[in-house]
Amino acid sequence: MSVQHKTSASKPRKRRGATYHEVVVPLLTTIAAFGLWEVVCRVFEVPSFLIPTPSEIWRETIAIGPAVAGHTMATLKTVMLGFIVSILVSLPLAVLLTASPAVSAAIYPLLVWIQSIPKVALAPILVVLLGTNELPRVTITMLVAFFPLVISIATGLMSVPPELLELSKACRASKLSELWRIRLPYAIPFIFAGLKVAISLAVVGAVVAEFVNSDQGLGFLIQTSTAFFKVPVAFGALIILSIMGVVLFQLVVIVERVFFPWSTGNAAAAV
Amino acid sequence: MISLDRVTRIFNSRDGESVVALQDVSLDIKRDEFITLVGPSGCGKSTLLRIVAGLILPTAGSASIDGEPISEPRSETGIVFQAPTLLPWASVLDNVLFPLRMMHRYDSTSADRAVALLKLVGLAGFESKSPRELSGGMQQRVAICRALVHDPDILLMDEPFGALDALTREEMTLELLRIWSEKPKTVLFVTHSITEAVVLADRVVVMSPRPGRVAEVIDVKLGRPRTFESEATPAFHEAAHRIRQLIYGKRNVGSAQNVG
Repeated sequence: MSVQHKTSASKPRKRRGATYHEVVVPLLTTIAAFGLWEVVCRVFEVPSFLIPTPSEIWRETIAIGPAVAGHTMATLKTVMLGFIVSILVSLPLAVLLTASPAVSAAIYPLLVWIQSIPKVALAPILVVLLGTNELPRVTITMLVAFFPLVISIATGLMSVPPELLELSKACRASKLSELWRIRLPYAIPFIFAGLKVAISLAVVGAVVAEFVNSDQGLGFLIQTSTAFFKVPVAFGALIILSIMGVVLFQLVVIVERVFFPWSTGNAAAAV
Repeated sequence: MISLDRVTRIFNSRDGESVVALQDVSLDIKRDEFITLVGPSGCGKSTLLRIVAGLILPTAGSASIDGEPISEPRSETGIVFQAPTLLPWASVLDNVLFPLRMMHRYDSTSADRAVALLKLVGLAGFESKSPRELSGGMQQRVAICRALVHDPDILLMDEPFGALDALTREEMTLELLRIWSEKPKTVLFVTHSITEAVVLADRVVVMSPRPGRVAEVIDVKLGRPRTFESEATPAFHEAAHRIRQLIYGKRNVGSAQNVG
């Protein structure tokens, strides 16, 4: 208990230190890394069709700026749709998995089986099945992202202290209000852990889908530009993808901090 | 008020063995009586508590409250566990109100009642705090308020002060006596501490393990109100000595300092 007091007392100072560590330090290392890249490429005269310099990447990408922006939006759309669908699929699945041992025994092997199918191999088949549109892309993104989410939500739903479930029983509460008032809120820290994994995987899934079937998107841009040896553009798309991944990840972190402040930090210790 | 008649409870463990947690336990508890259950681990104290709570049913024998057999949890019972198990996302006030919301008995007077209860346990002004800002003793006080908020006539406490440090524990024991004198209830209190058992109880039920049985029920002839000064009285010593005899009887009394 005394430890918790200490953390809450030193919060203001910790927060200022955290901004420094979370923003300033990563920014400096990133700038330094790009600087080093530029210098190494120039000093050793690496040909730009192998590894272009950051300045070349910048120049070539900006040159087709509007097109790149369109590709970025297309990928972002697939990522977000796939992410949202994977949440919509994972929540009920996790609730089902934790409902009873029998249901869990019936569904779990299926989930593991779906998870073990290589999504890259599945992608072309899904295109044949679902047509050349957004649907197979969203499906692949969802399939890549949903499994860790299901597992972490299910773990969260099972993490409730048994006494609280006894209390709920003693109040003669229904299973639904037990789920809504106890299990789901308890699962929030676990759900967000899963969401952080899922959003990163959704970016991967979207690119995989675009490689297989697309006429737009950053994955498509990488494929076409490498085919024409426009390597700087491919690198540009790659960098945008990684920025997209980081930004989306941070968005999940921010949503958790704003809406569920008790979830971050020592939520488990407070129990 | 609470009547247990030859209550037996058998649990089937996963490897197919059956474990007798309670055997032929008979006990009659009067209204507003303070009963403590003492005994080593595995004597079925918690099982007994959960049978009275209606959370588990006896395998044989009967348990009833006011003549009604206990077949499911009843709404006029409050429970306090060893861990406070407060909801980390809810304020202190919302934690106290939680059972009312779960029972759909929340109304316009509920919040006032919860505030009054928090005042009773010395937590006035802490209503909007988060549980993690509270010390262990304070959290357990909130848990006690949570158990009292629907004004139950039976209060079941499963080692409620077991996780607290020794000083907080004594403080909470006296606090509980004060609350009980202001809001008399039938209390069933499970503990490992002989001192705690004697200071609190009208009658101490000493249990023995494997299978869990009632070894003896001891009347505590101490006047009320009680404090830890009561420990110095002959009546206290007499009761405590008898409990020790029952618990350590067949073992070496000298080496067994710590029960269970």
